[in-house]
Order: sequence, then structure tokens, then C-alpha cells
Amino acid sequence: MFEIKAFAECDKDPNPLRHDMAKGRIVAGCIAPHPPHLVYAENPDQNEPTSEGGWEQLRWGYERLRESLSEIEHDVIVVLSPHWQTYVGTHFLGLENFQSLSVDPVFPNLFRYHYDLNIDVELARQIHDNAEKSGLAVKMMENPDFRVDYGTITTGHLFNPKWDKPMVVISSNRSTDYYSPEVMQEMMIELGRVTRETIEESGKKAIILASNSLSHRHFTTESEIPEDMSKEHISSHAMHLWDMRIIDYIRTGQTQRILNEMPEFIEQAIAESDGGGLSWLISALDTPEYPAILHGYGTIIGTGNAVVEWPCYKHEEESE
Amino acid sequence: MSEGEIIGSYIVPVHPHTYLVPEQNPGWTNLRNAFDEAALRIKNSEADLLIIYSTTWPSIIGHQIQADPKPEWVMVDHDFHDLGSIPYSFNIDAEFAHAWNDANHERGLKSRTINYHGFPIDVGSVVALKLLNPDNAIPAVIVSSNVYANRSETSVLAKACLDVVQSTGRKAIAITAMSLSNRMFTENIDPKDDKIHSLKDDEWNCKILELMEMGRLEDVGQLSRTIQKQIRVRKVVAFKPMWWLSAMNDNRNDLTGEVLAYEAIHGAGAAVIHLDPASCGTGDKEYDEDDVEYFHGDRSVLESNDSETTSIDDEVEAEEEIMVEENGPELWEPTTADGSVNTDSAPKPVGAYPHARRVGDLLYLSGVGPRQAGTNSIPGGPIHDENGEPLDYDIKAQTHAVIDNISRILEEAGSSLDQVIDVTTFLVDMKRDFKGYNEVWAETLGNIGPTRTTLAIRALPTPIAVEMKVIAQLSE
Repeated sequence: MFEIKAFAECDKDPNPLRHDMAKGRIVAGCIAPHPPHLVYAENPDQNEPTSEGGWEQLRWGYERLRESLSEIEHDVIVVLSPHWQTYVGTHFLGLENFQSLSVDPVFPNLFRYHYDLNIDVELARQIHDNAEKSGLAVKMMENPDFRVDYGTITTGHLFNPKWDKPMVVISSNRSTDYYSPEVMQEMMIELGRVTRETIEESGKKAIILASNSLSHRHFTTESEIPEDMSKEHISSHAMHLWDMRIIDYIRTGQTQRILNEMPEFIEQAIAESDGGGLSWLISALDTPEYPAILHGYGTIIGTGNAVVEWPCYKHEEESE
Repeated sequence: MSEGEIIGSYIVPVHPHTYLVPEQNPGWTNLRNAFDEAALRIKNSEADLLIIYSTTWPSIIGHQIQADPKPEWVMVDHDFHDLGSIPYSFNIDAEFAHAWNDANHERGLKSRTINYHGFPIDVGSVVALKLLNPDNAIPAVIVSSNVYANRSETSVLAKACLDVVQSTGRKAIAITAMSLSNRMFTENIDPKDDKIHSLKDDEWNCKILELMEMGRLEDVGQLSRTIQKQIRVRKVVAFKPMWWLSAMNDNRNDLTGEVLAYEAIHGAGAAVIHLDPASCGTGDKEYDEDDVEYFHGDRSVLESNDSETTSIDDEVEAEEEIMVEENGPELWEPTTADGSVNTDSAPKPVGAYPHARRVGDLLYLSGVGPRQAGTNSIPGGPIHDENGEPLDYDIKAQTHAVIDNISRILEEAGSSLDQVIDVTTFLVDMKRDFKGYNEVWAETLGNIGPTRTTLAIRALPTPIAVEMKVIAQLSE
């Protein structure tokens, strides 16, 4: 049935990229936020600082996400991280392996993580090449001394703590800063389309992750015990309202409304989706109209964070 | 030990091109030559400390200060990784870093020191230190740029730094790692095609450089928000390094400025500028904005002076201002009987009395609180709101403000703080506040040595925590 759906879409879409996609597909798309506090709270061996826990609502949300996707076959994880900020186009990690120590420049007291990350360079380059053909400015990152940003590492760890799947890591092009949220969306919707079609073309099964928070106003102080949950709450009522509005759209399959309201969301909630991840994700999922699963919501130093899954695999099965 | 001072300031660009590939573009070569000239000047100066404020090290929880004595790693730029890697090993003055951190806390700022193996030192700091201090001969200290910091916080950060420079007798160079216009080309370009991104950006850059050549640093600082709007991509909230650098130079407008180079790096405005503290002999100080000594209050995320836009934070600040003004009794004009001393630079009385009164060679001051002249705001915050609900406040900031007010009244009378002979202090919460008040006393009036009595009282007429009654001698 999936193939029928695919060919039916091919008929109405003249883009040649879509004609060789018998096997490849996005099996799930997720919002997978990256505050390093969550890794710190987990106390994995790779992270130097230790904690007494904290932020359980979100960590349990990640647990539910992992459980939900544990039986879903996939070859690669594709992530767009707002903490690899590039101003000259969109970049892709372009070497097979990166190993180093990632120290969060903002919260070095919480996150000093020894990572060992494998990259699906073939797929990364295919997306890069197709994005270039579609007119986007792109670059492969092939410097072996490059340190992978802590957003990618945090999301990578929380989504796949075994690190047993290769990743494609995409930078956050700061076109919101340079132009406007509207221009950012235009570019990210195009990149999302290219990502989807390239995955289809590749024959691979991919899970795609937008590594971002929702509202993004931080507290400017940190409690003496960072994991002291008596100090944790949303930074303001206005931020809460925006988070709930977006989550409502997520849970009711209204992703087009998220795209429509993105400029206001970015401006009024200082949303981290200004980095393009959420727009890219929604576009790559072809603007889904089915409800996503909210696995968890919580705040981290005042910012709003949701762990969300669009179960594409399930939707396709239900369509049969 | 002689008193420390800032013996020079430099503004330098942040991108790695000048270090890694200066030969690829004549402008980059020119910038590299200017870096080399600046390095030579620093080497030939008496400098024993380099202080770097870097716009490419953002922070959220206050400011961060590098305190690893020997940070080592290999830096690769997030955008220009294809130009190569920069291995570094720096000589950091950790002792100064810790002292600066302490001084920040004294002035009400949130900050912390950083000492972690592998901490990623930012590209702006790496390029500046590699090129200005190539053999690590001079120890350095690096501070982050807080994304939420407003002008007062950034200025107070500089003042706290100056406290330590002066108390430790350092001969320091202040450096800001920053672009002028920061809009880069958003596509890859051939190095030979590099130029300033737009004519408008170039014109603004030239205006900034013209002011710098005239040594008018404070004027550039006061134009900071306008410059940010006109030629800056919103990577950060404001053109705030100029606030910091101006405060590091006592907010002067008569420095001796020299632009060593101005070129484009991938479209951004890049300049190497030297500011010598020697007066150029022109330019009067124009000081339009409040000069803040102690930081209090929240940090503004969306600070703007644009009257057409009002952020949530502006509204909150406005509400706080109203609350302070309405939170207390009616204000009176000071009385003017014979021997009265009054000044506009002290807060208005809350009854019919003068600020002070001369009797013989003695000066008796009315009770002095921390309220600010003009705004009636309370440094450190009011102790309760208009409904009497208690608020958190900073007793040290209030005490500093009281002593500043006393000093202003004394100066109006021709006396000074070192002429104070007796003080009676009233605290509304002895248990909570005595320690903080006593610390400020020790640093200020304690060094002068007047007699002192400290009393706990139930309340004061305005929502303040401390008031002092002073008797001073009049200068001959």
C-alpha cells in the first residue's frame, strides 16, 4: 500500500527525485530537545559531571519515545541541531566518525561528554548535493578536528544512548537572524522536501529529529543545585500559553498552522524553532495532518520542551 | 604597588581568515599586518595583562570568565572549518579571573569562573590571543558576552574589572573581539570577491571609524543600540562590546584613536583599532545615560530603545518604575532656612526639612536613604511592593547608594566623605542585613573611621532597608 501511495504521489509530482523511492522512507519524525541538563540528570558514563537526577518528566518522555520506536526498523538518524550555527549556508558533517569531548560553553558545569559518533556520509552527501541543486547554499564539513556541537550530542544520546546507528547531522542556518522567519521557513521547507526525497531515493529508512526547545526564555540564574526541581518552572505565563498552543496543533495534526504561525511564535516566545529545525521537520514529514504523540513536556531553566513523535510508519499502516 | 590602569585598548575582528589564510585576499593581508602592528605595540608597552571581551562567547547565566591557567585544544570554526584548524595553548591569569568574579558579585552581578579541560574557547578570543600575544608572554583573561545583558550590566561588568585592575596594580590592555557590521555573505564566495556586504553597512562602519579616530568611544557606546539596528544581524541583542570598552575607559570621549586597518571578511566589517588613553585634547564628555555603579534587577532579553516597539520586558520595567515611584509617601521640596544645604543630586525629602544644615564648622545631615535623585528608584530594589508584600532586595546595593547620596550632599556643602565624624544607622531587618551593610561599611566609611551606632527599627517612611544620620566636619 505504501508503494501505491508513493507512486500516486509521483504522478502528481514532476520532480524526478521521487521516481526511485521504492524502499526509502522516513519512518518517524520527532522533536527531540537538547538541553544538556537531561544528559546530566541521566548520569551516563560518557558525561563527567554527576547529578542527583532531575527533569524526570522529560527524561521519562524520552524513555517513552525510545520505547515507542524500539521495534521500528531504521538505518539512519537525521538530526538538525540549532547549536551548530552556520551563517554561510547549511552544512553537513562529512566524515565517517567523530570522537572527542563535547563541553557545553554555556553549562560546562553540567555537560562534558565523551562522544563517539558515526556518520552516514553517503546520505549526508546526497542530501547536500540535492540541496545544492535546488539552489540552497551548502557545505560539507570535512575537518577532522571539528567538535560536534553539544545539541547534536545531547539529542543523539537521549534518542539513542547506545549510539548504534549512524547519523546525518545538519547545521542550523541562521537565516532568521539574517533575513526573517519567513525567509528561514522558505529555505527550511525546501531543505525538508529535499531531505525527504533524498531519503526516499536512497532506499534507507530514516528517523528525523528536530533538536529544539519550544519557548526559549531562560532564567538568568542557576540554583545552587542545578537539579533542584523546586526551582524549575516555565519562565512566564505567556511562554506557557505559546507552548500549549503549539502542542495543541501538534496533537491535533495541524502542522500547517504551526508553519503559518511560526513568525509570531519565534518573536513572542523567543522560540528555538528560529533555528529552522521544526519547519524542516514538518516539511520533511510532508506537513502531516495526523496527530503526533506527545511523549512528554517539561521546562528546563525556564524554557519549554516537548518530546514529540510523528509515527509515520503507523500512519502508513493505517492508510492501507 | 602603584595603582593599576588601562594603558590601551584594541578592537579586533573575530573571523579566522586573518590567522589561517591572510594571503588569500589583500584586505585580509592588511588586517593581518595591522594585527602584527598591534602585537608589536602591546609587546613594547608595559602591559602585564590582556583582558578580552569576546562577542563570540555567548553566555546565559550571567557572565563567564575563563580561569583555566593553561587551556589547550584545537579550535575549528563552525562556518569556516574548511580554512583549517587552530591549535592553541594560552596563558590565563586565573588569579585575576577569580578576583574579577568576586568583584562582579560585590557589584551585584551574576558571574562565574570556568576551569574545565576541553572548554571550547571561542573563535574571537583564539584569533585575538594567537595574533596579539603570539608567544603568550602576557597573561590574559577572557570574559563572555551575556546574551541577556543590558547596558547597565555590561558597564558594571567593566567597573568590577577596573576595581581589580586598580587594586592589583595591573597595567592592562582591554580588547574587544568583534565585527563592526556583522552581516556576512550567506553563500560561499571566492576570496578575491570579498567586500563589505552593502554600501549602507560600509557607510555606518566609516562613521564608527571616524568617531574612533577622534577618540570618541563613549559616543560610539551611546550609539550602540542604533548601530545594532542599522548594521547588525541579530546574533546578539546589542552592539554591547562598546558599552564594555567605554566603561573600561571611564566613558571617555577624548582618547587618542587610530584605525590600523578596515576591511571586509566575508562581507562583515573588520577593523583593527588602537585607542590610547592619552587625551587627544578635543571632545567634551557627553553623558546622556545613567552611570550605574551597581547592578540590580532582571536582565532584559528584548531590550530596545525603539519607541515604536515595546517588549514584554520594557513593560515590566515600566511597571517596576511606577511601583517604586508610587510606593511611598509624597515627596517634598527641601526647606531653605539659614545654613541649609540642599542638592538636586540627592533624593527629595519626604517632609519639610533640608538635606543638611551647617552649624559652626559642623554639618548635620538629615537621615539619608538609598533612593535616587530624579527617578526615586531604589538600587537593590524596594523591600516591599505598594501592597506591603515583601520583596527580595540587595542590602549591599542599598548601602552603597546611601553612601553615594551622603557623599553628594557633603560635596554640595563643601565637605567630603572623609570628613564624616559620626554616623547613626537604622536597619529595618538587623538579622538579615547587618552582615551585608557591615561589609559595605568596612570598604567605605570604615576606612575613614567615624564613630558609629547601628539601630534596628520597625520601618522607614519609604520602602528602603537602611538609612544613615551623619555628622561631618566642614572643610576649611
